[in-house]
Amino acid sequence: MALPLFPPTEDPGPDFAGLVRRLAHLERSGPVHLSPTGTQGYGEARHGTTVVALRFAEGIVMAGDRRATEGHTIAHRAMEKVFPADRYSAVAIAGAAGPAVEMVRLFQTQLEHYEKVEGVVLSLEGKANQLSQMVREHLPMAMQGLAVVPLFAGYDLARQTGRIFTYDVTGGHYEETEHNATGSGGRDARTTVKLGYRTGMARDEAVELAIEALYEAADEDSATGGPDLIRGIYPLVATVTEEGYGAVAEEEVAERFSALVERRRAEGRQP
Amino acid sequence: MTMPYYVAPEQVMKDRAEYAQKGIARGRSLVATTYEDGIAMVAENPSRSLHKISEIYDRIAFAGVGKYNEYDQLRVSGIRHADTKGYAYSREDVDARSLANLYAQYLGQVFTHEMKPLEVEILVAELGSGTRPNQLYHVAYEGTISDKDRFAVLGGEAEVIAERLNERWAEELELDAALRAAVGALAGPERTLGPDDLEVAILARGNGRRAFRRVDGRELGDLLG
Repeated sequence: MALPLFPPTEDPGPDFAGLVRRLAHLERSGPVHLSPTGTQGYGEARHGTTVVALRFAEGIVMAGDRRATEGHTIAHRAMEKVFPADRYSAVAIAGAAGPAVEMVRLFQTQLEHYEKVEGVVLSLEGKANQLSQMVREHLPMAMQGLAVVPLFAGYDLARQTGRIFTYDVTGGHYEETEHNATGSGGRDARTTVKLGYRTGMARDEAVELAIEALYEAADEDSATGGPDLIRGIYPLVATVTEEGYGAVAEEEVAERFSALVERRRAEGRQP
Repeated sequence: MTMPYYVAPEQVMKDRAEYAQKGIARGRSLVATTYEDGIAMVAENPSRSLHKISEIYDRIAFAGVGKYNEYDQLRVSGIRHADTKGYAYSREDVDARSLANLYAQYLGQVFTHEMKPLEVEILVAELGSGTRPNQLYHVAYEGTISDKDRFAVLGGEAEVIAERLNERWAEELELDAALRAAVGALAGPERTLGPDDLEVAILARGNGRRAFRRVDGRELGDLLG
């Protein structure tokens, strides 16, 4: 390994992904050629499922279930799909688990790399754009059935508000005003959030609604994992506010789940 | 046709060393010292944006004196090296020693092979963890590398400042005492240096994964008393 030095005319600047492309020993191979039906015949690739994000008064809440599937079998019960992107933003992933986790790692490194090289932090819009480019570069793989669809949210220090961005497989990114969910159970999660959402919610209400959304998604979608009381595995929930990224403690998530079930029983509804 | 004069290799090296030393001595000096909770780095630098001290990785910092554009290029390549290494292997595999060695090799190469040596002296500091002690690597303009266990001084007046710091230095100083010792050593008996003349950063345990933090403004004023 030599010191990565470049002549001034060929300097990659603060772009880590560009730097990786320049250093041949690090470059990942291009798209693999799979059958037109995706990964079938080679064994199924792992897929992660439902993630949800919503805005509240002081920032955003992001949550994701823990299940990964390979076709119709459960591949992993405690997968993490919600990650801190940097101090003031979070990224959640749905889709093919392998490339998705790799994309998050590259994204995290990219944001920190930019901050260190330039001496300033990227704007939230800039971070969202960076992720967009990574999703776009992944399009050939997505066309072969290994789509990655992230959800990005953070606290915009300049505008002093939480902001949420959703993506599609082509790398298009769209700002959401209130909430969104993606992944196989995304539709059920979205409906739940839509029914319970109010502008300017408090942090506790927002965390509760995100948990309820995942509960409903797990109830309807076989690829989404619900709370696993036997093994003590619960969805990952995180908040991003002016104070930065913070994971919600597992005990709090567990308590809110049991409170949710009890409340529904008391109201005479199906839990 | 005129024949080029023969110049003895000793003379070539001497001239180059002198050239580099002169360039380095034009700038201000820098002190890095271990303290109770980590490593503190103090530079005489009136600029708020052109830094001499920077973050390289989770527990590694970089400091340079001499020509800004030259050590800044080294700083960026250090970040690139650390980030690509952490990305290819794992975050815990990134260490100061291998980076300091790369810097030493590069500076040595430039010193012997290029027209002009680099007019810089640099420091690579790594915060210790568990049983691993703090590490301070000082790399000179010609590629000489040395590791210090208490403090390191970079710049033209390094010897005088190191003597002064040696008198004030003690094991396990608290941050404010360590900073006062470093600033006193940098200033000398005839001058006083205030927060506006200084650039200060620390690598401290308890800062989370990224141990690097700048200390400036009112916080620095309070610490210096």
